[in-house]
Amino acid sequence: MEKMPQWADVVLVPLVSLLLASIISAFVILAIGESPWAALKLMVNGALGSSYGWGYTLYYATNFMFTGLAVAVAFHARMFNIGGEGQAILGGLGVALVCLYIPWPHWSLALIGATLGAALFGAAWALIPAFLQAKRGSHIVITTIMFNFIAAALLNYLLVNQLKAPGMEPATPKFAQATHLPSFQDMFSFGDTVLFRGTPANVAFFVAVLACIAVWVLIWKTRLGYEIRAFGHSESAAKYAGISPTKIIVVSMLISGGLAGMMAVNNVMGEAERLVLNAVEGAGFIGIAVALMGRSHPFGVFLAAILFGFLYQGGAELALWTSIPREMIVVIQALVIMFTGALDNMVRAPLEKAFIAFSKSHAKAEG
Amino acid sequence: MSDIAPAIELKGISKAFGPVQANKDIAIRVMPGTIHGIIGENGAGKSTLMSILYGFYKADKGEIFIGGKKTVIPDSQAAIAAGIGMVFQHFKLVENFTVLENVILGAEDGAMLRPSLAKARRELKALAEEYGLHVEPDAVIEDIGVGMQQRVEILKALYRRADILILDEPTGVLTPAEADQLFRILERLREEGKTIILITHKLREIMEITDTVSVMRRGEMTATVKTAGTNPAKLAELMVGRKVLLRVDKAPAKVGNKVLEVRDLNITDNKGVHRLKGVSFNVRAGEILGIAGVAGNGQSELLEVLGGYEKATGEIVVNGQKIDLTGRNSDGQSRRARGIAHVPEDRQREGLIMDFFAWENMVFGYHRDPKYQRNRLLMDNAAIKEDAAGKMERFDVRPPDPFLQAKSFSGGNQQKIVLAREMERDPDLLLIGQPTRGVDIGAIEFIHQQIIALRDQGKAILLVSVELEEILSLSDRIAVMFDGKMMGERLPADTDEKELGLMMAGMTKGEAA
Repeated sequence: MEKMPQWADVVLVPLVSLLLASIISAFVILAIGESPWAALKLMVNGALGSSYGWGYTLYYATNFMFTGLAVAVAFHARMFNIGGEGQAILGGLGVALVCLYIPWPHWSLALIGATLGAALFGAAWALIPAFLQAKRGSHIVITTIMFNFIAAALLNYLLVNQLKAPGMEPATPKFAQATHLPSFQDMFSFGDTVLFRGTPANVAFFVAVLACIAVWVLIWKTRLGYEIRAFGHSESAAKYAGISPTKIIVVSMLISGGLAGMMAVNNVMGEAERLVLNAVEGAGFIGIAVALMGRSHPFGVFLAAILFGFLYQGGAELALWTSIPREMIVVIQALVIMFTGALDNMVRAPLEKAFIAFSKSHAKAEG
Repeated sequence: MSDIAPAIELKGISKAFGPVQANKDIAIRVMPGTIHGIIGENGAGKSTLMSILYGFYKADKGEIFIGGKKTVIPDSQAAIAAGIGMVFQHFKLVENFTVLENVILGAEDGAMLRPSLAKARRELKALAEEYGLHVEPDAVIEDIGVGMQQRVEILKALYRRADILILDEPTGVLTPAEADQLFRILERLREEGKTIILITHKLREIMEITDTVSVMRRGEMTATVKTAGTNPAKLAELMVGRKVLLRVDKAPAKVGNKVLEVRDLNITDNKGVHRLKGVSFNVRAGEILGIAGVAGNGQSELLEVLGGYEKATGEIVVNGQKIDLTGRNSDGQSRRARGIAHVPEDRQREGLIMDFFAWENMVFGYHRDPKYQRNRLLMDNAAIKEDAAGKMERFDVRPPDPFLQAKSFSGGNQQKIVLAREMERDPDLLLIGQPTRGVDIGAIEFIHQQIIALRDQGKAILLVSVELEEILSLSDRIAVMFDGKMMGERLPADTDEKELGLMMAGMTKGEAA
């Protein structure tokens, strides 16, 4: 055996990374004079201990699934799309326009329309950087991050001047009642038992799950996915095979941008039911961590998104009930990102060695 | 004799990478003032052994004696201090530095460069006179030829007072004439008392220049013999562990219609360099046209144009029909549709996706073929896997496991994967670049047989190789390329390595005489 088994690569490495991140986080919490154990209990209880907690955790996770998938698809084509933030902002714009200006008869139709609108606007926002990369060689990291700022400024302008509802706040009017998406509370409350009371989790979660499955099919089962992966692994080989780099860059970025944009179905249509400034709240960037931790695999992205949803919701609980500031959760998230993304090899290499040594001594014992 | 300490003695060197035993209990004695060849197939452990000697790897077990003294070599600095110099296959030179700057790089005497440069200039002059190693000290590396660059590498080692020179596959990038010059230099160095270790897989070089030769196979030193007392066939047998056919048996070609006609092909790259200069030739059904030449004289570009991923002007006719050289019908997909299959020169960068499984690689380039689709949306992965297993079986890919990644196969087996994919498409024209580069002798035999078999089925084959021996033994006609031009065509029976070598260096027979 030259490598460790796949399950170790996929499951064990992220888990060990996560454990290391938690240990260091524990020390930080100790250093500010709180009990790490109590903090952990609070986080778990707050995020997973009740349907209320789950309602928030899954709401955040839905956002991260979309942005995580967006980054993952681009990763397969070796494009580093860090413009998920801007694409999600534009997706919000798409959702708002679809919901404000089309009289929808039923939420299900509105959901389809809004999903398409969100994907279209997000994709369009990714198109320009993709085109610049494919045709002019402008680095996608630079252009997408610049487009985040342009998107924020554009939204600012539109919300202040064009789309603003009467009043002081730079936000659109509330969407029509017909576009209200069923929340988990609407769906999972029976008789007197009200579950998920007042939480923002909504039907968009299932759209995200469908998106995970769709991305899995796309990447591993279709011709386009084959070409995207081939291009991502070796551009020179792709050229040899007659796969057009321009096409792959543009198409993969369109899909990526579309997925990031679709996040707006959750936060704009499902939760706020109007478009406000800063609706994305950094989910575009969390998507990078989610994709890294999920190893760009849709199932990994699904799990990582739920983990980050937990961290988000748990962190909010910490800030609410302890003297641990909300920024602490950013530290914990950063540690998770650092260990799973940047320091991946630090964990992987020793584990790999251990596995090989183990299998060797095992073989000896048997031989 | 016995009271002279060997320049290098290795005792019981073992090194494992994970479960792979790269070196197993290696013992070797290299006497001072000799040229010692180390020969073996790819992956036999030659490079690992030399890396241990040069301090890149640490041996798991074993001892190193330099000049009779036990020496520990933890890094390359220590190797240099012990008098060992290494000339790598891929030169480690700074392209936009001058010769002089490259020589002192890492061996400067102080923070200011002027005194070091002046000293190096004096020493270089002395070295040039002593060993016949003449190089212009102020020339910039990227402006001088490959042969010259190699001299700079040797000078770097000598400047660092190396007594023992290790050369790793030094002739891979040289013309036969340049290789001869290199051998003259090595002989001169030997006369001056330097010890030289020559790592190669070319039997001819071993026979020509070494005093002693050690053969490695699968991490073990299988034999060390006096070169004078052996012959190529015996060495090949020691390398592979069985008898090997060094010559290819083939019947005379039964030539048919022209399959490929190339007329006045020109390429100017984006730096404005003229890569192909009015190249014209044709290949007929049932024959192999071999294109000889030193790497970098336009052969790669020629294959890329034919394969559909380089732009050119001129005319290419396949089976009587002109093919597009620009626009959307000039890509690799259109070429494949015209019956052109292509085994590219660099299988790791172009021919294969190293991280893909073998089964995924088996359809690479043909993945849009309707027979590999389940419906309009999905690929038929089950059919592709089955198809791949059959091809691996027929082309003797070892191990025949479609679920291994391409990178876990040896060079020869990777090449067999590419060959299986391209040959089983039943193409009219096969482009094949460097078919046996980095391939072990056992697999070379098999690959050559497959190429001949395809030719005997009446296919046209365009073979590009930098191995003159390969060109001579496979081709029905030989064309030589130099500096983007065709230097002329010869029939294998009417020419020899010497003439071809001169043509490869840009000279015709008349000029050289």
